[in-house]
Amino acid sequence: MSASTEERPSPSTDPQELARLEQEWGERPSVHSFFSTVDHKRIGRRYMITAGAFFILAGMDAMVMRTQLARPNASILSPEEYDQLFTMHGTAMIFLVATPMFFGFGNFLVPLMIGARDMAFPRLNAFGYWVFLFAGSIMFGSQFLGKAPDGGWFGYVPLTDRPYSLGINLDVYSLGLLFLGVSTTIGAINFIVTALKLRAPGMSLNRVPLFVWAIVGTSFMVIFALPALNLDNAMLFLDRRFGAHFFDPHDGGSTLLWQHLFWIFGHPDVYIIVMPALGIVSAVLPAFCRRGVVAYPLMVLAIVTISIISFGVWVHHMFATGLPQLSYSFFSAASTLITIPSGIQIIGWLATMLRGRIVVRTPFLFVVGFIVTFVLGGFTGVMFAITAFDQQVTDSYFVVAHFHYVLFGGAVFPMIAGVYYWLPKFTGKMFSERLGRWAFWLVFIGFNTTFFPMHVAGLFGMPRRVYTYPGDLGWNIPNLISTIGAYVLAVGLLLVLIGVIHAIRRGAPAEDDPWGGDTLEWGTASPPKPYNFAVVPLVHSLHPMWDERTRTALVEGTILTGHRAVQTSELDGQHERVLEMPEPALVPFVNAVGILVVVLGLLWGWYWVAGAGAVIVAGSLARWLWPPERTPEEAGVAR
Amino acid sequence: MTAVAKEATQAQALATEMPSGRTTGWWGMILFVTTEATFFAAALGSYFYIRFQSGQWPPPGIEDPKLTKVLFMTALLLPSSLPVMWAERGIRKGQRWRLRAGLAITLVLGLAFLGMQVWEYSEDLKKHTFTTDAYSSLFYGITTFHGFHVAVGLLMVGWLLAASLRGSFGYRRHERVRLTAIYWHFVDVVWVAIFLSLYLSPRL
Amino acid sequence: MRRRGGHGTGTRRVRPAPALVLLLLLAGCSGGSQSTLHASGAGARRTEGLWWLFFWISVAVFAEVMTLLGWALWRRRRATARVRGGDALGMVSVLGVAIPFVILAVVYGIGLHDLNALASPPGKNAAVNIEVVGHRWWWEVHYPDQPAAVTANEIHIPIGESVRVRLRTADVQHSFWVPNLMPKTDLIAGKVNETWLYTDEAGNYRGQCAEYCGQQHAFMAFLVVAEPRAQFDAWVTAQAQPTTPTLTAAQQRGKAVFEQGSCASCHTVRGTSADGTVGPDLTTIGSRWSIGAGAAPNDAGHLGGWIANSQTIKPGNAMPPQPVAAQDLPDLVAYLQSLK
Ligand code: HEA
Ligand code: HEA
Ligand code: HEC
Ligand code: CUA
Ligand SMILES: [Cu+2]
Repeated sequence: MSASTEERPSPSTDPQELARLEQEWGERPSVHSFFSTVDHKRIGRRYMITAGAFFILAGMDAMVMRTQLARPNASILSPEEYDQLFTMHGTAMIFLVATPMFFGFGNFLVPLMIGARDMAFPRLNAFGYWVFLFAGSIMFGSQFLGKAPDGGWFGYVPLTDRPYSLGINLDVYSLGLLFLGVSTTIGAINFIVTALKLRAPGMSLNRVPLFVWAIVGTSFMVIFALPALNLDNAMLFLDRRFGAHFFDPHDGGSTLLWQHLFWIFGHPDVYIIVMPALGIVSAVLPAFCRRGVVAYPLMVLAIVTISIISFGVWVHHMFATGLPQLSYSFFSAASTLITIPSGIQIIGWLATMLRGRIVVRTPFLFVVGFIVTFVLGGFTGVMFAITAFDQQVTDSYFVVAHFHYVLFGGAVFPMIAGVYYWLPKFTGKMFSERLGRWAFWLVFIGFNTTFFPMHVAGLFGMPRRVYTYPGDLGWNIPNLISTIGAYVLAVGLLLVLIGVIHAIRRGAPAEDDPWGGDTLEWGTASPPKPYNFAVVPLVHSLHPMWDERTRTALVEGTILTGHRAVQTSELDGQHERVLEMPEPALVPFVNAVGILVVVLGLLWGWYWVAGAGAVIVAGSLARWLWPPERTPEEAGVAR
Repeated sequence: MTAVAKEATQAQALATEMPSGRTTGWWGMILFVTTEATFFAAALGSYFYIRFQSGQWPPPGIEDPKLTKVLFMTALLLPSSLPVMWAERGIRKGQRWRLRAGLAITLVLGLAFLGMQVWEYSEDLKKHTFTTDAYSSLFYGITTFHGFHVAVGLLMVGWLLAASLRGSFGYRRHERVRLTAIYWHFVDVVWVAIFLSLYLSPRL
Repeated sequence: MRRRGGHGTGTRRVRPAPALVLLLLLAGCSGGSQSTLHASGAGARRTEGLWWLFFWISVAVFAEVMTLLGWALWRRRRATARVRGGDALGMVSVLGVAIPFVILAVVYGIGLHDLNALASPPGKNAAVNIEVVGHRWWWEVHYPDQPAAVTANEIHIPIGESVRVRLRTADVQHSFWVPNLMPKTDLIAGKVNETWLYTDEAGNYRGQCAEYCGQQHAFMAFLVVAEPRAQFDAWVTAQAQPTTPTLTAAQQRGKAVFEQGSCASCHTVRGTSADGTVGPDLTTIGSRWSIGAGAAPNDAGHLGGWIANSQTIKPGNAMPPQPVAAQDLPDLVAYLQSLK
């Protein structure tokens, strides 16, 4: 195990050695490698592109909705159409855009930031992507067939149960989300294990970048929150398809059970969405403040406490369901408390700016936009935490305003900041700063014009999820402004899109470290070589790239040869052993297809097809894990 | 070769004491089992949520679940963890026969458990079915889901047995044995929880 | 009644911030009849008070955040600006933990006080009881004190008295919301919820279903009419009466159509053979504020249109198009309008 037997000394610049590495790690582009790749960077990019495509689709849904809502008594959309639009918009934005987009960032960046060569389970990683792609395609496919879910993104029973919802729409919802859950769970496990075991030697817990902390916190929330949603959807499917009575009040079932289970998942989920975004903010700021984020221990503590408290507030989504006052006062207190960690982070970032020397670039602009909007969204959140007030505004447009301020302001702004910040690393090209600034101002102005008036509409008593409204209730002007804002916003986002495409097409080649960032990803080429780091980095501080020791080690250290990576200890990141990393393989893809067959079979009630799919899954898994034939010596047999 | 030999002896030491730390596979399986356990917890939680909402439990017309068979099933499943442990210990010493024997015994016990469950169902179904009411849906839903896990566990064990007969494991290579063992113990423990909640608690 | 929702009246006089003023003006404040900012009920007053409290706190904290942000951005322009080390633990724990904690503690306390206040109507026990049953997509209204008094989509209450409302649903989840009077309470399948109304300002207050319940969730509105005791009593007794209107020839023919036609199978008109329960009780349809729970004004034209094909007015509602012969329709409408 001693390094001597593993790593042969050689200058990390030796061309042959590097060529060999590239050889061992590189995947020559081909149809086969398209389906068999296990490279976390390719998979990460795919996650982001796919989620981006879904973002455009879900955003288009919203634009159509806004067009209908521009004027009272409009009839551009039938009620059914509107119901499918807002349900798909919400469901897609939450499940198919926000989370996968950040999983994409995580996939690409976590291994780089911790100085690893790939994720802990590269094949599971590929598998997770395919499952996500298939699940998303099924759900949007249903929309193109006009059979999309129409029960709202939290699909309350009994409306979503028989007899009130016949037709396939909500089977798409329940099965689609169960299918997607496989991908999310596997991704979360992969992130945690990667961050625990693959950190570069020397990266003890107190040197882990905040972004990685955020991803790990998120993943733990997924581990404990997602089962509640899966159970919910499983029971819904059984109720609808096989006549179970879990949610049927006439036969002993309970409709509130659905709500409890959904929000036991649902509230942690909103932090599952925002936490990686906060991580991005913590990752972007140092480069543009020329110093590290202040109060690192407090920032980490904030992440951890949010992850925990977020499991104790779900009832604040049920403040009007007539539960006992006592439980309300408890969950109200918890919901109020959860503000503190967010406050810590906001103030922490502001302090960082105050103590640094700010360089304003597009990514930084979006961070500022994030702070302004997220804080506003947070305030309305705190208002809801006070039960009495929530009972008045719940299910009104005031809530719609809140969650767009936190979801778009809190998650999408950092998302865009991250896109600009890491675009050089993702693509090796620089973007146009001018275009970027135009995009920022359009998005920022458009966003606030769209969603600020919704506060007013809500206070004026406009309920959410209405396909149109009477003209005499004072809702016309706020809605008209919202719609206009939405179009401005869309143009702004279009500029973002154009900016990215333009960069990829014509952008100037990017240096390895254009911003002078502090984390390890900037120690790799832009875009990174397939093996990420020829030399396994040695970490001596929280900001390795601002640390001479690490920089020199990266250049003068010894190359770790072969398709191998280093495993270190969980807490203080000490070298443990060298791992053989799995080769590319088709089996993850085949396995995902198997599950796809199962889901489609269940969806259309062709249970024998589902059975066939199950066989594919089992078979490919057995193949996947089948251990290689080993001589007794290799395996080690007592004699 | 000598280098390999040295590495080997170390590796064996590792396998027993693991000074070189938990493997990625170990963490992966632990986390997987954790989220699975959360699912079962949520399911049993729902069971009690609905139970405390309804008056009589089980609902009128359905008598308490019979214990005899179930106790017998428990007596089959719980001990089935021991052969797995025994097998794992064995393979760590490189004794393949212990691995094979242990897995075989577990396989038999597990199959017997499933057989019993089918038998038990065949009698319950005469009284009430999955679609009778919420209680029945929960009862059959949870037990079937656990049965499904037992089946998956058995597939893993069987698969492992096949691999071990082909001879892929030894004191240097036995991680899959460890992971399968973890999963099997989990399936075991969950059964205890289900037994207590679904079969015993209604009688209290 | 008791204190009008503590800080309620107190803070209601203060001027909203510019941005909001602008929007309020833009919106012409015409909202009125269905707005949380025109509270007339004891419950809504409290939440309106809370709103302005929160509003000003938010303005203050937002100002704080913006100042810090502005300062940071301005600072960089100075040549002297240097990167400073340090962890700013003090600043973070004061501005990020201590101050927010104090604010939140106070807010929580006030909120709890209001929550308890909302739990029961002013003056303990209610003078009037109402039972509301939610249907997709209309409201069935009973006055248990006068069992015969049944109507739909319209609720009358006496002013200056507490009214207890029991809420049930016949199908899916709905939510009972009269923004000017009282925060929401959901109608939960398999559960009976309770809320109350109290106002001392006579007037019409529009309410609306606030829990998504399917296609016509948008048009599941109702009207709360708050009036002096005398008028209220008169109204309830009127609702309780079976209809014995002296009918014109035309109305007579309409009545016949109604009773022989399909109508009777779904609608009740007390005092006639029509006793269906699928749809709203029509005994007093002639005097209602609207038809189809806010879907259309209640006049001859819309009535005729509704009967002929309500699906064009309220797509997806549970009343199928009615094959009423063209010459009968006017009579039928005339009859319905006579039901006051
Ligand atoms: C990214 C997602 C996200 C985030 C981060 C949040 C953050 C918060 N949310 Fe939000 N919420 C949603 C997404 C999110 N929410 C969604 C999607 C819904 C609607 C679901 C649906 O019905 O469709 C919802 C609904 C929702 C409700 C239910 C409303 C209703 O339906 O009636 C409540 C109630 O308590 C609530 C509370 C909070 C609170 C207290 C926070 C806090 O975490 C906010 C904390 C942050 C700050 C407060 C700002 C920064 C802090 C400072 C500057 C310190 C000083 C501040 C003070 C002293 C106040 N949210
Ligand atoms: C991450 C989450 C997220 C995001 C980003 C958004 C973004 C937007 N949302 Fe979303 N919204 C939700 C999550 C989100 N929403 C949720 C959870 C609900 C609740 C659903 C429910 O009630 O069940 C909801 C509900 C909701 C409603 C309420 C519906 C109702 O209650 O009746 C409305 C109404 O205006 C709305 C509008 C918008 C608009 C205009 C945007 C815009 O920001 C969208 C802008 C994006 C695009 C336009 C696409 C990208 C554009 C380009 C790449 C350029 C090319 C495109 C063009 C030139 C047009 N949303
Ligand atoms: C199949 C059942 C059914 C039949 C038959 C039926 N109705 Fe209806 N009717 C309803 C339902 C349900 C509603 C409530 C629709 C809504 O508001 O969502 C309704 C609403 C109405 C309303 C508006 C009531 C209100 O308070 O808003 C009127 C008026 C009415 N029906 C008249 C008639 C007449 C006249 C006929 C016969 C020619 C008739 N209906 C036949 C089910 C029926
Ligand atoms: Cu009833 Cu919405
Ligand atoms: Cu929440």
